[in-house]
Order: sequence, then C-alpha cells, then structure tokens
Amino acid sequence: MSSIVYSNKFLIWSKKNLFSSWINTLLTVLSIYFIYEVSVFFLDWAVFKADFLTNFRGERIIDRTFCSKNIEPGSYGACWAIIHVRFYQFMYGFYPAAEVWRVNLVFFLLPFALVAIFFDKVPFRKYLLYFTLAFPFIAFYLLYGGPSLTTVGTNKWGGLLVTLFLGVTGIALAFPLSIALALGRRSNMPIISLLCVIFIEFIRGVPLITLLFTANVMLPLFLPDGVSPDNLLRALVAVTLFQSAYMAEAIRGGLQAIPRGQIEAARSMGLTYWQSTRKIVLPQALRISIPPIVNTSIGLFKDTSLVLIIGLFDLLGIGRAALADMTWTKLYYEVYVFVAIVFFIFCFAMSRYSLYLEKKLKTDNSS
Amino acid sequence: MRQLKSLLMALTLVLFTSTSFAATLDDVKARGMLKCGSNTGLAGFGLPNDAGVWEGIDVDVCRAVAAAVFGDATKVEFVPTTSKVRFTVLQSGEIDMLSRNTTWTLQRDVELGLEFVGVNYYDGQGFMVPASLGVSSASELDGASVCIQVGTTTEMNLADYFSANGMSYEAVPVETNSEADAAYTAGRCDVYTTDASGLYASRAGYPDPSAHVVLPEIVSKEPLGPSVRHGDGAWADIVRWSLNAMIIAEEKGITSSNVDEMKNSKDPEVLRLLGVAQVGDTGAGYGQWLGLSDDWAYQIIKQVGNYSESFEKHIGPNTPINIQRGLNALYKDGGILYAPPFR
Repeated sequence: MSSIVYSNKFLIWSKKNLFSSWINTLLTVLSIYFIYEVSVFFLDWAVFKADFLTNFRGERIIDRTFCSKNIEPGSYGACWAIIHVRFYQFMYGFYPAAEVWRVNLVFFLLPFALVAIFFDKVPFRKYLLYFTLAFPFIAFYLLYGGPSLTTVGTNKWGGLLVTLFLGVTGIALAFPLSIALALGRRSNMPIISLLCVIFIEFIRGVPLITLLFTANVMLPLFLPDGVSPDNLLRALVAVTLFQSAYMAEAIRGGLQAIPRGQIEAARSMGLTYWQSTRKIVLPQALRISIPPIVNTSIGLFKDTSLVLIIGLFDLLGIGRAALADMTWTKLYYEVYVFVAIVFFIFCFAMSRYSLYLEKKLKTDNSS
Repeated sequence: MRQLKSLLMALTLVLFTSTSFAATLDDVKARGMLKCGSNTGLAGFGLPNDAGVWEGIDVDVCRAVAAAVFGDATKVEFVPTTSKVRFTVLQSGEIDMLSRNTTWTLQRDVELGLEFVGVNYYDGQGFMVPASLGVSSASELDGASVCIQVGTTTEMNLADYFSANGMSYEAVPVETNSEADAAYTAGRCDVYTTDASGLYASRAGYPDPSAHVVLPEIVSKEPLGPSVRHGDGAWADIVRWSLNAMIIAEEKGITSSNVDEMKNSKDPEVLRLLGVAQVGDTGAGYGQWLGLSDDWAYQIIKQVGNYSESFEKHIGPNTPINIQRGLNALYKDGGILYAPPFR
C-alpha cells in the first residue's frame, strides 16, 4: 500500500520537475543518457575490465608489463596493482614498518579526538574533550617518538600521513589564531588593528606556494649554520599562517553581521569586552562563518599537495614518485584517480559535516 | 678604541670561520647519518622503489660516501629536492652533499658557492618528437612548441640553440620531468627535450616506442655529478674520492663479489685501494689522508659495488631504461670516464 503511494509521489514529483515541458523532457532524457554513458565507461574501466592483483591470465602483477591493458591494448581497463604495491607508501611514506603501529594508532584515535568537537550529543563528552585537548601531544609523541619510543624523523613521513598532518594541524592551529586576528582587526586599538590588517593583507596577497618557498628556502639562509628547523615543520608554519589569514576574514564577516545594538546592550548590562565577545558575539559570529570556514579549510586541505614543490612527499608526491618509477610508469590514470578519490573522501566529509552543522544551528535566516 | 676595533674584528673572524669552515665530516660523524640531497623521483638516478628504498646511480654515490665514512652504506638520510630548491638546501647546510643529476657549470661551481667533485654521468641534451611529425633533424623545429622543465640548464640550452639557429619556439613550462613526459604524451607540445638519458628512459615506457624519434642532435654538454658546499675542502675530497674509488674499482676489475679475493692481488694500486698496503712505513693505510679508516674504499666496493655494477643495475642495457655506456665507458673502453691514480 505504502509503496504505491510512494511511487505515486515519485511520479508526481518527476512529472513536475523532470517532464514539465517538452524541452525539460528532452534535457532529462539527454542527461540520463549522458550520466549512463559516463558511469558505464568509468565503471568498466575502474571495476569490470580492471586488473586488481592479477591480470587476465591470472598472473600476479609485479610491474606494468603484467597489466592486462599493456598485454592487449584496448580491451582492458585500469591496472590497480600499482596502488596495491605502493599502498604502504601512499599511507605512511617511508615510515619504518616496525613502527607503523604508531601511525595506525594515531589514525584510529583521530576520530575520537574529533567527535567531541563535532557533535554535542556523544556519551562521555566531557572526558572526550579532555582527550581532544591532549590529543595533539599524544599524536606528536606517537608519530615522532620520545621517551621509550624510537624517534622517526619527519623526513620519513609521507603520503596520507603528511597530507593529514598538514591539513588537520594547519586548520586546528589556524582556528584560534584566526579568531584573534579577526577580533584584532576590528579592535579599537589602532596599533593592534593595524598589525592585524598588515598581517592578513600580506599573507592573503601572496600565493601559498610563495609562502612555502619562503619558509623552505629563505628561512634557513637567515638562521645561523646548523639551526635548520624541520622541513615539515616549516611547511606547517607556512600553511598555518596562510590558513589563519583566510579564516580570519571569514570570521570577520561573521562578526560584522552581529548588530551593533547587541554589543551595546551587553555593555549596558555591565558585561566586559571579553565577556560580551565570548558569550554573545563569537557564538553567533562563528555560527554564521561556518560555510566560509569550511570552504577555506577544504581549499587548504587540497592545497597541501603543493608541498611537493619543496620536496615533501605528500599523497600526491608519493603518486608522482610511483609514476616516475620505470616499473610502473605511464599508469597516470590509476594513480591520479586514486589520489582524487582519497582527497574527495575527506573534502566531501568536511562539506557534509558543515551542512549538518548549519542545519543543526539553523544559521539560514531565510527559512 | 683601536683595541676594541681589533677585538671586534677578531671576534667576527672567529665567528665567520666557525660557520663557514665547520668540518662537515665531524658533523656527519656526530649525527651518525649522512644527509644526501636526492631527486624527488628520476628513474635510474634517484627514486624510491616499491619497498620505499632509494635506488639509482646518484643514490649510489651517497651510499658510497656513507660506506666510506661509517663503513655502513645504509647510514644515509635522503632529502628529496626539486630542481628549484636543490642549491639552497645545500647552501643552508640542510644536506651534506647533493647527488641529484645536476649539471656542472661555471656559475654553479663558482657563483652559487658549490663545489662539484666529479662527474658520475656524462649526458647531453636531445630532442624527441613523434615519428608522425616527419622531422629528422632539430634544425627543422622552427616554430615548434616545446615541453620544458623550468629552472634547469635544459631550459637555457634550448633558448641558446634556437636563437643560435635563428629559430623560434613556444615554451610549455612544466615542473617535473614526469610532468613534461605526461604533457608530451598528451600532445600538449610537439617536442620533448631533456637530457638524452631521460628521453630514452621515457621512450622505453611508451606503449609503442617506435612511434617516437630521438633526433640526432645533441645540443649541450651535461656533465652530471655530486656537489658539496664551497669552503670545506676535506669533505669535498672525501666525496670526490668515494666516486673515484668506484671508477678505479671498475678499472681494476674489482667487484662487490670478488673484493675479498682481490685483497690478495699482486697489483699495488689494488692493494692501496683496498687498504691492504701502507703509506711508506707509517703503519697506516691511505685512509689517514682523508680522515677515514683504511678500509673505506673496500667498504664502498663491498657494499655499493664499482661504477659499472651501479650503472648496469640501474640504467644499463638490461634495465627498462636501457642506456648504453657510450661516453660513460672507461677511457680504455672508448669512453671518457677517467679517475686520477690512487697513490
């Protein structure tokens, strides 16, 4: 019974939205045909005609000459063995295999550290928040080493580990910094506001790649011999500064949307600047700024792949090294599609989360 | 006042010397690890393999130096460098040596404050075009679009060659070699130019190698070799003679597998090289001059191999890259590879 109602509903909906006029009908049919063709082509290539671990003769693929598509050109699709063989590098870079449990542990703990910030209806949220605060130190200790753990230099880090490290740490560090910058820019104190404006405009005025070069190439020249901060750390500083400038502008947009009357009302109630900022202005401003913040965060997450230019092997860098290897050369599509899918998973999750948050906080005033 | 001035000058001098003449060998030994600038990925020269182990003839030079210093070829930390950052990384002291298919030029040797210690591969720039273009000589390339890696000598040679012949070209700039290759394969440019070794390597990877022609013109000298910072001659000597030891070992027929038997050789140079012979009656071998142990060259040959072994393993005719020895054969085999005598 209900299914009939349901299908009726669907019919009504589709008549109204897809087939309302002959031109809409034509467009609908054409679009469906196009989507069908593209997905059939892609699925054929990526799944049905693809090699995973063995080729069509059942041999294990150990280099590109074993790929079915290289044995019989034209009749076979992707050769995913390159991803399988280099999967470890894609995930961890050159992290020593004996110590890789530490990275896995960090990957495993990361959701627990994030869940308390992202959702407010989780059990034991209070304790989880303590864990979130301690997580950066735990993660760094696990990844880098320290007392009773062997040190693994950041030059051994690579792949998704570096991408996530730069992305997550960069965004997390930039967040408090950007709030300070946004508040500073709107401050009544001229020197503070001037400094913030200069900082924001300078950082926004140069491309990220320039900042990375500056951090990587110029910084060591100014420092005395022997003092060379870690390569990855330098990149992280550049990424954080870049992100904080953009996020600050997003938050400033939110701050400007708060009616002046509210702040004046708070003042007349006897609230100090910090009290009114913390309890009245920021909660509303941050809520409004969610979409632009997520927007810049997604942008930054993808921009981390620029670190290849300064010789760090992020996810994309590992892919390019794999392609340079004569064993696997020319499998461009496989590598780039894989890297794209991994990036998509993270970016899509971020954008979905922002939608969820907007819905929950009902920032959309029009509805 | 004068006293203060001279004191200041002395202080500056002390500071200056301590920074620019700090002994790299001591730093390396204290660290327990050689930091070697490598390519971010060039097949046969420097590239991480499937297991994440760096491989290639440039990488082998780093390993040789580690074997000489520590007696352990694995004590190398590879710092991947792009063509743009490689020199600054070396100048700033972040790496101890650079071994990354880098052409030895006047400017780099003198003005950039580098010291090239030798040549581990003699290359020259060539052009590759699709056979369908019907071009048989580089002089017919007027007006062609060319995929070119920015910041390399290749870029300058290209400009030189075209202007010397009164031709024009349209540059398609790319960042890495594999990107240039990809752009060429995708038809974004008519001509792919880089060192001839790179062209052959790329062509070997194409589904139909015969559809591409490497033109006969070699338009430049590209002596590729390892380099160190100016100002530490002792360290430069160690890197130079580590490379020389590999070449001399080939000349004398010493390989990683027969190096132990060769210790009983009758050839005095072999005995000197392997640390069996002593310098005069000092009771010590030839390592003392370099500040190394006497078996330093033995360790290089034992753990890394001689030049020929390294060449055949990574870029020789039995590898997918398939490069003939050519110029890189020993002088007695028709090439120009020539190491000074070990004495």
